[in-house]
Amino acid sequence: MTETVVTPPSGRTVRKAAPGEARTPRRSGRRRVALPYLLLLPALLLELLVHLVPMLMGITMSFRELTQFYIRNWSEAPWTAFDNYSVAIDFDAPVGQALLKSFLTTCTFTVLSVGLCWLLGTAAAVFLQENFRGRGFLRTLFLVPYALPVYAAVITWAFMFQRDNGLVNHVLHDQLGIGDSPAFWLIGDNSFWALLVVSVWKGWPFAFLTVMAGLQNIPRDMYEAAALDGAGVWKQIRHITLPSLRSVNQVLVLVLFLWTFNDFNTPFVLFGKAAPEAADLISLHIYQSSFQTWNFGTGSAMSVLLLLFLLVVTGVYLLLTTRGRKTSDV
Amino acid sequence: MSEHAVRRTAPRSPMAAPRSFLWTRRIFLALLTAFVVLPVYVMVSSSLKPLKDVSGKFEWFPSGLTLRPYADIWETVPLADYFVNSIVVAGAATVFSVVVAVFAAYAVSRYSFRGKRVFTVTVLSTQMFPGILFLLPLFLIYVNLGNATGIALFGSREGLILTYLTFSLPFSIWMLTGYFDSIPRELDEAAKVDGCGPVKALFRVIIPAATPGIVAVAIYAFMTAWGEVLFASVMTTDSTRTLAVGLQGYATLNDVYWNQVMAASLVVSVPVVAGFLLLQRYLVAGLTAGAVK
Amino acid sequence: MRRIRAAVTGAVTLSLVLTATACGGGEDSGSSPKTLTYWASNQGASLEVDKKVLQPELDQFEKETGIKVKLEVIPWSDLLNRILTATTSGQGPDVLNIGNTWSASLQSTGALLPWDAKNFGAVGGKDRFVDSALGSTGVPGQDPAAVPLYSMAYALYYNKQLFKEAGIAQPPTTWDEVVEAGKKLGAKGKNGIGVEGSNLSNNIHQVFVLGKQHGADFFTADGRPDFTSDGAVAAVKQYVDLMAAQKIVAPGNAEYAQNQSLSDFAKNKTGMVLWQTPSQTFSAQGMGPDEWGVAPAPVPSGKPGTGKQTNSMVAGINLAVFKNTKNLDGALKFVKYMTSDEEQIALNKAYGSVPPVKSAQQDAAFADPSLAVIRDTLATSAAALPQVPEESQFETVVGTAVKELFADAAAGRPVTTESVRAKLEKAQQQMPKK
Repeated sequence: MTETVVTPPSGRTVRKAAPGEARTPRRSGRRRVALPYLLLLPALLLELLVHLVPMLMGITMSFRELTQFYIRNWSEAPWTAFDNYSVAIDFDAPVGQALLKSFLTTCTFTVLSVGLCWLLGTAAAVFLQENFRGRGFLRTLFLVPYALPVYAAVITWAFMFQRDNGLVNHVLHDQLGIGDSPAFWLIGDNSFWALLVVSVWKGWPFAFLTVMAGLQNIPRDMYEAAALDGAGVWKQIRHITLPSLRSVNQVLVLVLFLWTFNDFNTPFVLFGKAAPEAADLISLHIYQSSFQTWNFGTGSAMSVLLLLFLLVVTGVYLLLTTRGRKTSDV
Repeated sequence: MSEHAVRRTAPRSPMAAPRSFLWTRRIFLALLTAFVVLPVYVMVSSSLKPLKDVSGKFEWFPSGLTLRPYADIWETVPLADYFVNSIVVAGAATVFSVVVAVFAAYAVSRYSFRGKRVFTVTVLSTQMFPGILFLLPLFLIYVNLGNATGIALFGSREGLILTYLTFSLPFSIWMLTGYFDSIPRELDEAAKVDGCGPVKALFRVIIPAATPGIVAVAIYAFMTAWGEVLFASVMTTDSTRTLAVGLQGYATLNDVYWNQVMAASLVVSVPVVAGFLLLQRYLVAGLTAGAVK
Repeated sequence: MRRIRAAVTGAVTLSLVLTATACGGGEDSGSSPKTLTYWASNQGASLEVDKKVLQPELDQFEKETGIKVKLEVIPWSDLLNRILTATTSGQGPDVLNIGNTWSASLQSTGALLPWDAKNFGAVGGKDRFVDSALGSTGVPGQDPAAVPLYSMAYALYYNKQLFKEAGIAQPPTTWDEVVEAGKKLGAKGKNGIGVEGSNLSNNIHQVFVLGKQHGADFFTADGRPDFTSDGAVAAVKQYVDLMAAQKIVAPGNAEYAQNQSLSDFAKNKTGMVLWQTPSQTFSAQGMGPDEWGVAPAPVPSGKPGTGKQTNSMVAGINLAVFKNTKNLDGALKFVKYMTSDEEQIALNKAYGSVPPVKSAQQDAAFADPSLAVIRDTLATSAAALPQVPEESQFETVVGTAVKELFADAAAGRPVTTESVRAKLEKAQQQMPKK
C-alpha cells in the first residue's frame, strides 16, 4: 500500500527517495546488491513459513476430498478436481445457499460496520481537534475499547446481551419499556445487530486514532486563511478537514474492510461455534464447514473463493481510489 | 517542519465556535462516552459482585461488594500459568517482529532491488488471507518440521511466537517503511560521512529517529499476539495455553461464574490497556508519520 | 566487510535465538516407554477440580507401574478440535477421553486403536463392561474404538419445594403428566421445565429419545440420514412445543447453552430439568441434596423400557488409545488401571456417574436412590445414539435446526409440522453425500 499513498495537501515535500539515488560511492558491487536481500531474509522466511506455504497447501487441499475418512493421511486423499468448488457455489443446494447467504450477510455487516466505525471515528477526531477541558481524558478513554483484548471485550458484551439477565434488556425493556417482552440478542434475527454493535464498539477507535493522526498533517495556516475569508467552523470542517483526509481514508477504509470481513474472533467469542443464521459471518461459516462437519476440502475451497473475492475487491478499490491521483513510485 | 517529531494538533480556528457546533460536540461526545464506558462499567462492577448478583437479573449497583472473584480466578482456572504464557509469547513475538520489520523496512525504504515490488505486494496481500485457510496447513507444517528437526513447534510457545510475529509483520513493515521514508536522507548521508556503513547508519541514525514508529509497531504486535484466539485454541496444550484460550474456556465450563469471568477479563486486560494508554502518544505520532501520510 | 557481517549476524542471531528457545514448553507425546500423555475431558465443575480428582489416581498408577502419566484436562469447547488436529498430524496423546457419541465418527478416521479380542484381553475382557455402554463404542460389527469409562443417563430432576407449592404430589412419569405439572407450576408463576435451547448436543440427546418414542431413528439401518420421517418430525416438534405450544418452557431458555437451566432450577425459578448427573452443579449453586428429587425420564405412557419406551440416550465418556502411540503396552496398562473396579468406584463416585464396569456397579456407593434411577435406566431403557461415522455432523446440523426452531418459538413465530420438516430437510441436505 505504500506505493499508493499520495502526498497530502500539506505541500510537505515527502522525499519518496528515488531508488538508489544519492548513495555513497559504491565500494563493493556484489555486497551492495546482497545487503537488501539479507535484510529482507528473516521477513521473507517467516512469511514463507507461516503465510505463503500454508496458503499454497490450503489451496491444494481445496482440490481434494479431505473428509474425516482421509484426514489421518491427507496426502492420500483423492483428488476431486473442482468438486469442492462446485459444492460450494451450487446455489440451488443447501450448502451453496448457506454460503451465499453467509456471504451476503457478511457484505452487509462489513459495509455497516466500516461505515459506522469511520463515521464515529472521524466525528470524534474532528470534535477533539480543538483544545477544551477534558479533551486529553476523552482521547485516552476512547482508545480503551481498542486496547482491550478482543475476547475480554466480547465476553463482556455477551454477558450484557443475555436475554433475561443482561444489561441491554434491563435498560431497553425494564427501564425504557420498549417491546412487550425482552428481545433476544444472541439468537434469532437481532443477533445481527448485536454483532454489529460489538464490532463497531471494538473497531471505531482505530478509525479515531488514524484520523486523529491524519488531522495533524493539516497545516494550521489553511484554517487561518479560511477564517480570514469568513468561513465558520462547519464550513472549515467541510471544506478543509474532510477533503484533507482523503488519502487517510483511502487506507483506513481498506484496512477496516479487510479486518472486518475476515473477523473471526468477534462472532466466535460472542456466539460460540454455531452462529445464528442472521449473524453467520463468512469466517465462522467456513470454520464450521471445516471443523464442525469435518470436511476440510470444502472448507478450503470456500476460503479460496473468499480470498479471490478480497483480492478482486482490493484491486478494484485501489484502482478506483487512486485513479487520476498522483501515485508515488517505489 | 520535522517529519518525525511528535507534533501538536493544529488548532482549527482562532474564531470562537458557534453554539450549534459546541452543542453538537457536547451531545455527541456524551453519547459516545456512554457507549464506550458501558461495557467497562459492567466489567468492573460485575467483577465485584457476589455470585448471586450476576446469575440473576442485572442490577446497576451490587448488593454488596466482594473481592472474592479476584481471589477465586486463580483457583478456578490456572490463570497465572496462562498469564505467564501470554506474556512470554506476546513479548517475544513483539521483540522479534519489531527486529524483523525494522530490517525489512530499512531495505524497502533505502534500497532499490529486483523483486521489491513483488515483496511488498505479497507481504501486504497476506492481510487478506482468511486465517481458517492456513490454520490446518500451518499446523501440519509445524508438526512435520518438528519431526524432521526435533524442534517442537507445534504445541509449544515457540510455534506460537513464530506465528504471531509473522501475523503482525505485514502491517509493521508497511508502517515502518512509511516512517523511514519520512526521515530525511540527509541524516543517512551525514552518518556516512562520519564513516558509518548502512547497517551502522540504521542503528545509529534511523532507529533513534524512528522511535515513535517503532513503539507504535511494537504496541500493534503485542496486541495482536495478546488477543488472538483461533490459532491459540488449536496450537496450544495445557502447559502453553494462553489467556485468550483460557478465558474462552472459562465461559464454557460446566458452570459459568460471571463475576469471576468479569474479574478475569479485567485482570488480563489491565496490562495491555495500561501499556497502550501510556504509549498512545507514540502510536499517534507513529501513525502520523508512518501510515497516514 | 564488517557491515555485511553485522547484517548477517542480525539475521542469523534471530534464527538462532528462535531455535535455541525452542526447547522448553514442547509436548513430547510419550516417546519413552516410561511416560504417557493423557487427555481428560472436563467432568468436574472446573478444569482444576478435574486435576485434583485425577492426579492422585495417576500418581498411584505411577507407583504401581513406574509409568508417569502427563495429564491434560481439555475443555469441551476444544476437545474435538484437538482430537481432529491430532488425528491429522499423527501427533497426539497416548490415551484420551472421548464423548461416547463421537465413537463411530472418530473410529472412521482410523486414529483410534481398535479394541479387538487381544486388546480387550489386556484389560480383563469385554464382558467386564455393561452391554448398553458397549453399544456406544463404535459402529456395530466392528471392533470398538474405545472402552466405556463413565456412564450417565438422563433422568427427571424436580424441585421439591416448587412441587409442593404447586400441589404436585408425585413426580410425572409420562409426557402428559410433565405438561400437566408444568402448567401447575406456571400457575404459580414458575417455569415448568428447563431446556438448553442453544446447546446442540443437548438438543440432539432430547430429540433422539423422543424420536425413539415415536418409533423413528435419525438414520436408516444402512446408515443413511433420515431426518424427515414423520416420527422424527413429530419428535422435534414435540420437544420444541414444550415452549411453543405448551408454554411450560420459558422463552429465555432458547438462548441457554451454558447450563443456565440448572441455575434457574437451583434458584427455585424452574420446577423440572431433564439432565444427566447434575448433583455437583446443584450443590455448587447452593442447593442441598434433599431439596431436589429424581425420577426416571418421562415416556409416552406406561413404564420405561425398550423401543418406544426408551427414555434416555446412553450418555457417557469412553477411553480410547491413540493408534500412533509409541507406548502401546503402557497405554493398555493405563486403560486396565482406569477400568479396574477400584478406580471405577473412586472416579465415578467423584463425578456422580455410574461405572460401566459390571462388578464396580454393585458397589454400595451406587445404591443411592438418585444413582439407582440412572443405573436402572442404563440397564433397561437407554438407547445408544446412532453409531454411524456421520454422527458428529448429525449433532451439528440437527442440533442447529432445533436451536433455530427454539429461536422461532421464543420470538413468537409459529412452529408447525411444515416448518419443522423444512428445517430438518435442510439439515439432511447438509449431511455429507454417501
